[in-house]
Amino acid sequence: MIRRFFLPVVTLITAFIFIGRLVGLQLLNSSYKLLSDGNAVIENAVYPERGYIYDRNHKLLVSNQPVYDLMAIPENITPFDTLELSQTLGVSKVELKEQIRSARSFSVKLPSVILGKISKEHNAHLQEKIWKYRGFYLKKSSVRNYPTPIASNLLGYVSEVNKNDMKKDNYYQLGELIGRQGIEKYYESFLRGTKGKKFYQKDRFNRIIGSYEKGKYDEPVKGAKNLILTIDKELQQYGEDLLQNKRGGIVAIEPQTGEVLSLISAPSYNPNILVGRERSKNYRILALDTLAKPLFDRGLQAQYAPGSPFKTLNALIALQEEVIDVKTSYLCQKGHYYARGMFMECHCKMGTNNNLLSGIYRSCNTYFANIYRRIIDRSGNNVEEGMNIWNEHLKSFGLGNYLGYDLPVGKKGFIPDADYYNYWYKKGGWKSATVVSNAIGQGEILTTPIQMANFTAAIANRGFFFQPHFMKAVINDSTSQVYEKKKTSIDSIHFEKVIEGMYQVVERGTAKIAKIKGIEVCGKTGTVENFMKIDGVKTQLTDHSIFIAFAPKNDPKIALAVYVENGYWGGRWAAPIASLMIEKYLNRVVKRKWLENRMLNGSLMEEYEKPYSGQPFVINE
Amino acid sequence: MNKNILYRLDWWLVLIYLLLVCIGIVNVYSATYSESLTGINDISQPIGKQFFFLIFSVFLGIVILAINSKFFEQFASIGYFIGIILLIGLFPFGKTVSGATSWYNIAGMSLQPSELVKVTTALMVASLLSKFQSDLKKPATLLKIGGYLLLPFLLIVLQPDPGSALVFGAFFFCLFREGLNYAYLVIFLSVLALFFITLSLPFGLVVGIISMLIFLLFFLLKNLNPKIKIWPFFISLFFSIGFSFSVDYIFNNVFEQRHRDRINIVLGKEVDNQGVGYNTNQSKIAIGSGGLKGKGFLEGTQTKGDFVPEQHTDYIFSTVGEEWGFVGSSSVILLFCLMIFKVIYQAEKQTNKFRRIYSYGVAGLIFIHFFINIGMSLGMVPTIGIPLPFISYGGSSILAFTIMLFIHLNFDANRLNDW
Repeated sequence: MIRRFFLPVVTLITAFIFIGRLVGLQLLNSSYKLLSDGNAVIENAVYPERGYIYDRNHKLLVSNQPVYDLMAIPENITPFDTLELSQTLGVSKVELKEQIRSARSFSVKLPSVILGKISKEHNAHLQEKIWKYRGFYLKKSSVRNYPTPIASNLLGYVSEVNKNDMKKDNYYQLGELIGRQGIEKYYESFLRGTKGKKFYQKDRFNRIIGSYEKGKYDEPVKGAKNLILTIDKELQQYGEDLLQNKRGGIVAIEPQTGEVLSLISAPSYNPNILVGRERSKNYRILALDTLAKPLFDRGLQAQYAPGSPFKTLNALIALQEEVIDVKTSYLCQKGHYYARGMFMECHCKMGTNNNLLSGIYRSCNTYFANIYRRIIDRSGNNVEEGMNIWNEHLKSFGLGNYLGYDLPVGKKGFIPDADYYNYWYKKGGWKSATVVSNAIGQGEILTTPIQMANFTAAIANRGFFFQPHFMKAVINDSTSQVYEKKKTSIDSIHFEKVIEGMYQVVERGTAKIAKIKGIEVCGKTGTVENFMKIDGVKTQLTDHSIFIAFAPKNDPKIALAVYVENGYWGGRWAAPIASLMIEKYLNRVVKRKWLENRMLNGSLMEEYEKPYSGQPFVINE
Repeated sequence: MNKNILYRLDWWLVLIYLLLVCIGIVNVYSATYSESLTGINDISQPIGKQFFFLIFSVFLGIVILAINSKFFEQFASIGYFIGIILLIGLFPFGKTVSGATSWYNIAGMSLQPSELVKVTTALMVASLLSKFQSDLKKPATLLKIGGYLLLPFLLIVLQPDPGSALVFGAFFFCLFREGLNYAYLVIFLSVLALFFITLSLPFGLVVGIISMLIFLLFFLLKNLNPKIKIWPFFISLFFSIGFSFSVDYIFNNVFEQRHRDRINIVLGKEVDNQGVGYNTNQSKIAIGSGGLKGKGFLEGTQTKGDFVPEQHTDYIFSTVGEEWGFVGSSSVILLFCLMIFKVIYQAEKQTNKFRRIYSYGVAGLIFIHFFINIGMSLGMVPTIGIPLPFISYGGSSILAFTIMLFIHLNFDANRLNDW
């Protein structure tokens, strides 16, 4: 019996064991399913094309351009003329060979990048010859393109993500791009869109052999959005041209909306150098330029003393606090003694009697020193209260804090308060005379050009402003940002008096050069003393040239602040530039070619080199 | 053709055969699938060759059914002789593929004589054992049969193709059925057990276990029969330990590393999923990922990605497991079971000794292939490269197993005629 049944029983037992094993492998253990997927399925990301950026008039600021990566599959490479290929690519033969060698050591079956981001010129030659080189092919990818090389700091740039970016947001994978500065960074989520996923079947060499399950699990790309900025491309470009060979910043705002019309920082750079193969090299050059600081956005980040334009605010505060009226006047003796032995100079003629109007258009230091002291001393000896009231008024103009605009960089500026002086001079150790420099916008106050432009817009609006911003609309997107009207603490009736003064500045005062036929321009010049440490010694440099302005007087369409570093006095550079900007924006053409040429061709480069010459130098010449 | 054979033929077995070869063609198609494939009849592609061999095999099967059964008994010696000549001829004329000279190249087709020798040896063994003077109790008969088996075995080992040689172990079932002493079964099983124990456990422990078992057996038997002597037990202990020691020695000093690795992986002593264990691991992943119903025809990711080496030949079962799941793979196991049962059952009914022994040999051969091949795909048996009958890619294999099965069908159909 045993003999008969031995083989059948063994067969039966074997079958039972096998089926038991199958139950274990196929029915009870799901990890094999995952293992097989990990084995055979590859997930590839599909990227939407990064969103375009347009100006307020739908003119293109940023688009994309194709670049080509030269790829190779080492096992397919046949012997070829390395010299010819290296010349076509514009790299050395040694470099090319090294790249191929490292590709081979990575994988002989998988494609590797031999040379990334090949420029258009090299690509044209390469396209013709690529057929000669077996195993090589070109893979298209895309980088940013700037049809007009302007607004580089404003627009920002993109670069590959680093470890920190990936830690912060696990959306990003190695090798992907992220907006690194400016609009590119702030509106990254719109511009980027959402990448899709495609699942492919791969073989044991990791080669893709087709789509997985006919794309059942694929996730579609969610489109990147195109942005419309508030920037006026022509005005931006014009401003950049005007500031060439100078250092400084211009910020122009549309007062009725808070839309920033242009944000100019000089010197700047051509944004096209921060794309493609030379990117990191060029970036290093820009970042290491610690003198000109091309990556430093002077419009947003430079904190200067506001200078004489600040007098308009002091006038408004004095009116609001009712410490003066329009008739209040002071006699100026080319300046005045504000304390014993302490004399503040003024360029007024001997014996000029200034009220509010003439005080503004003559920019009389004596007048403003006195009304400022009245503000501080309004509560008798309690200077702290006066100081804090003054501080609160200024804060209502958006000074001393971030404005909340939609760009990733900025500075708070500084408006001193009683605590600040109590700290420096001890409580009771200071009087209005101690801090009198604030009257004329020197002293401890610091503002950024965008803050200056913003308070100019608030004056133009007679008492309110909208948060300055750079994004006008996202195309095909329902999100829209509503900006609330921010009222200043000054009643609107007081503005007309100051605005009249600013109008007279241009009509008959310090900025007659800014006058434009047919446009009522209101402005205020500024000349700001500034210092720099040279070899540890505080050295005074040529004054900064400043101008704030808005126009037209009764229906303001543009408000702006112009800073030209070491430009000497306000009427020399800043006022003409501001005036040209206004003319350009409102009339679209500039008729005053002589002035335009003077500004375009004018250079302050010699001035900037002076402190580094090692020789003693003369300022304000 | 004898018209009556159509009535007497076991159509159920034919149906099982047809099911298995169809499963084979479908899975080989999937395992060798490529985008450039134009059709199943493209002779330049593996699937085309396989299809061609299948058609040819079925044709040959029909011819075999038409032949008088007595022919095969007379043909046995000549067939065996031709088989041996073919094996010897490989040394000067054979084609070498991945180290083994196992193939003849004839008009673009590869022919593997070791597959055909399985049939001729089965006929030969049957012929030898059915001679009236044969008696498996006699050492002369044993030596004679052993010699006839050893000759093709050695020729195949020398190719070298030890896997294919190993299947001659199938004849143990046949011999045992025909009266081989139980002692051989006990020795066969003990040797197998001792082999694996020795390799799994440290030598000292093995000696301890063997000693304990043998003395336990001795005292048990002593109680039943007080007259029993102790010396046979000492001798078996001595041989056991000697065997265990030599297995250890052979394993570590004679085996090559790849052999050691293959065995260690089955013993679970080593986990190496990149090197030697790669095939087995990938095969397990493929089968395991199939789940209940499988991923569907041509949908197997492991299969498409060629993750399992030799998937269309030795590892074809992993394609079945991946694409047809538990349902498909257990069906294949059940079909093989049914086939083996049927062949054994029909063999037992044979009154003609030659035909009974032959059919039993066929059952044994199918079983041993089934056992080793599927066991290997499931990671339960060391990697031994032999095909899964009727299913694996390989013209010679499908040809040999078809001939083998159809001779059995012929014998079965003519059972009543030839007393």
